[in-house]
Amino acid sequence: MAAVWTGMVLVSILCGLATGRGEAVAAAAMEGAGAAVELCLTMGGMLCLWTGVMEVLRRAGVIRALSRLLRPALGRLYPAFARDGQVMDSIAANFSANLLGLGNAATPLGIRAARRMAAATPGRANDGLCTLVVCNTASVQLIPATVAGVRLAAGCRTPFDILPAVWLASAVSVCVGILAARVLARVWRD
Amino acid sequence: MDLFFTMVVPLIMGAAAVAGMCRRVDVYDALVQGAGEGLGILVKILPALVALLTAVYMLRASGALELTAAAVGPLLEKLGVPPETVGLMLVRPVSGSAALGVGAELMETYGPDSTVGRTAAVMLGSTETTFYTIAVYFGAAGIIKTRYAVPAALCADLAGFLAAAWAVRVVFG
Repeated sequence: MAAVWTGMVLVSILCGLATGRGEAVAAAAMEGAGAAVELCLTMGGMLCLWTGVMEVLRRAGVIRALSRLLRPALGRLYPAFARDGQVMDSIAANFSANLLGLGNAATPLGIRAARRMAAATPGRANDGLCTLVVCNTASVQLIPATVAGVRLAAGCRTPFDILPAVWLASAVSVCVGILAARVLARVWRD
Repeated sequence: MDLFFTMVVPLIMGAAAVAGMCRRVDVYDALVQGAGEGLGILVKILPALVALLTAVYMLRASGALELTAAAVGPLLEKLGVPPETVGLMLVRPVSGSAALGVGAELMETYGPDSTVGRTAAVMLGSTETTFYTIAVYFGAAGIIKTRYAVPAALCADLAGFLAAAWAVRVVFG
């Protein structure tokens, strides 16, 4: 991140000087920080409300209910571990927490599954583990509350009207990821 | 259908409250504690946003973003992706806060209900911070040979970006 940030600042300074926009860059350097605080304040309420509602759902046992529902389908994604109850329980709970956007709950569950899966091939990512990681790097969150908060902060009156588009894009992304993993599993040599 | 998506927040709130009451959960206590967790998330991302939005604002003012957009614009336009989102696509897999900052700036500049603003929002909502996630999982599992996980995950990201632009066109016409 250090290199990325330094690069961004240096490119802005050089590009600003080269295009004669030095003053604009200087003004912008003093604007961003305030804009960040403002953004946090305006989207903060939405974010807090949503983590609150999700905590209610979590305590009501919705993760467990979703996991039970999803487990049979998920078993097909992980043929090598379909008989390992502990791994499949963790994977199903991880996926369910991801659907609800509960990142803090999803990560430990996913890691528990990843550790047990890694024990089969120490140090080397087996096909199941690759699929698990790909599923976690693709977003499956049903209600993207943070993004909705940002839209709200930008003055949008219906921040959730993007939901159908988000679901479409998420579904495509996850399916392509899983498909890519399947194809690569066949051709990868190492 | 439109009414459903406008009502989605209150509907989920109501459903969560009823489900909680049925399971004898102290709904109000859970709500307040969960909201406190949200505050924690906010406090954690605020410093990163201060740093990154400063850099993003500078980049925008310097014209560097427009130059990049102009360079890859024709290709992106052929794929149906608004060229303005190029910065967002570049930082999304690397840093969640940076992507949020870039996305917020796009929504502010072009408007949250413009095609650019909507595409940015859908891109943010349908992808994850890929490299961070890979580092966390493989780090915890002690994996050194990551094999095809990175290319497969990047395929998913790329598909997500293209699908986001496509989905915005399909849904909003």
